[in-house]
Amino acid sequence: MRAATLSVGFIPLVDAAPLIVAQDMGYAAEEGISLDLRRAASWSSLRDMLNFGRVDAAQMLSPMPIAGALGLGGAGPTMSVVSVLSMNGQVVGVSNALAARLRDAGHDFAFDDARLAGEALIRVSPEPLRIGVPFPFSMHAELLYYWLSALGLPAPQGVEIRTVPPPLMADAMEAGEIDAFCVGEPWGSQAIETGVGTLLLPGRAIWEFSPEKVLAVRNDWAEAEEAMLGRLIRAVWRAGRWLAEPGSHILAAEMLSRSPYLDLPAEIIERALTGRMVITPQGDERRVPRFIEFHGGAATFPWRSQAQWIGRQLAARTGLDRDAAARAAARVFRSDLHRAALAPTRADLPGASSKIEGAMGQQTAVASGAGHLILGPDRFFDGKVFDPGHD
Amino acid sequence: MSDALSIVVVETDRDRALLIVDSLRDAGAFDVHVISEPTGLARKILARQPDVVLIDLESPSRDTLEELALASGPLDRPVAMFVDRDNEGLTDAAIEAGVSAYVVDGLQRQRVKPILDAAIARFRMFQRMRTELAETKRALEERKVIDRAKGMLMKARGVDEDEAYALLRKTAMDQGRRVAEVAQALVTAAGLLS
Repeated sequence: MRAATLSVGFIPLVDAAPLIVAQDMGYAAEEGISLDLRRAASWSSLRDMLNFGRVDAAQMLSPMPIAGALGLGGAGPTMSVVSVLSMNGQVVGVSNALAARLRDAGHDFAFDDARLAGEALIRVSPEPLRIGVPFPFSMHAELLYYWLSALGLPAPQGVEIRTVPPPLMADAMEAGEIDAFCVGEPWGSQAIETGVGTLLLPGRAIWEFSPEKVLAVRNDWAEAEEAMLGRLIRAVWRAGRWLAEPGSHILAAEMLSRSPYLDLPAEIIERALTGRMVITPQGDERRVPRFIEFHGGAATFPWRSQAQWIGRQLAARTGLDRDAAARAAARVFRSDLHRAALAPTRADLPGASSKIEGAMGQQTAVASGAGHLILGPDRFFDGKVFDPGHD
Repeated sequence: MSDALSIVVVETDRDRALLIVDSLRDAGAFDVHVISEPTGLARKILARQPDVVLIDLESPSRDTLEELALASGPLDRPVAMFVDRDNEGLTDAAIEAGVSAYVVDGLQRQRVKPILDAAIARFRMFQRMRTELAETKRALEERKVIDRAKGMLMKARGVDEDEAYALLRKTAMDQGRRVAEVAQALVTAAGLLS
């Protein structure tokens, strides 16, 4: 029997790894499917490909399908997030000029304390501070708004968050269009390689467990192709489990480095996978455990509370009703579909579909199908918690 | 003030930009401006206040336009990706051809249509050219590999060129593969053994 082919859109990034591995390591074939991976040049193109049925599924920035459900950024069919592809994995970087000012002010670039780094940044930065992100609806933008406003920098007056496509980020920095950036790998490491900046923080220093990329499908497709969807979710989940094994990092980096995918040296890709980040053009290294997470702590589980957090943040910034936005957002993250698809596997999933975000300072055992699932830590840098309530 | 629609074309390739401008001028009296340098794109577009922006779907700069589409300051003119609500499938055709259009709010559909029609036709041509170029490149590369494999066989087995090619072709037929694939396998194996 010939394998059924599913077309899946992706952007050449380290966190596209679960899709690439699912196909190239045979996890898709185990499920009797083949993934036709289609590379896109921009998030808006990827969204259109999914909207207009040119692909069956797509990698997306976690806030994109939620923004769609709230009617932000154009109309389109309703999307379902069926899995989280990756947690964390973002980096904040600053221009050479700003890095020099931070050093002069005594900042140590320890790469782990968002409060210290943020306070130092606000003290030395120009007004307004201009920061490039890959897309208006991205966890990158959400982390920046959360971090800087918690430290007292008023948005939008004190900070200007601009969309700069990552391949053009280095040029924008050199042309003096932006002072800093928040991007996903390999773009942070690429900026270091080209010598345009210094890395200041990993995303997880702001929020220890933020959903970064998700796997999205159209609602109508999810309903019509339930069996196919199950196969896709399982193949991608197994790929994430493989990626989380330390022994997989070198091979995964080689796989991603090939020309149909990232087309970059494996050495640069490996940094994110192993959490050994080079933060300056001079080669200073920082170790970041769980820099990016594909599996541990139920990483793939689309918590409705994550969607509600994103929905409320988006609503607060765009003047929408926050309760209504949280309710609409919660419907986009389909913990039900994820759980149903993984039922035949040995995946241990949480019993609940929603949790208090930011409440776990340590790894914590919670109720699950098999009774011993370990979650967390998932703190926000300012110690606040987000209680989704009964949205 | 003239009521000719103003169009901005975002295109880094000069030749392609000229071709797009030409076909737009053929389609009607439009005020067409090309932006070829992606740095500061948002600023440049805001300065021109165009009615329509045309951009290649393969351009990473599209995401910057998405942000412009959201801008809602008092002086900003809201633009949005053009999505037709009728059944003519104009948006679908545009996406298939590889072009996307951002259109200022409230612009009548019939005024946009000739612009999109011209752009779609032009981008379809670009796509054909791109496919042809890729095909030619692939054919050339395959021929190079086959020549190398032939050379190796001639040397290793002391046969002439025709016999070497016949050997490759026979192996390919036996294995149900293409001659170029067999040649590539031979060249790769030889590289590993040497």
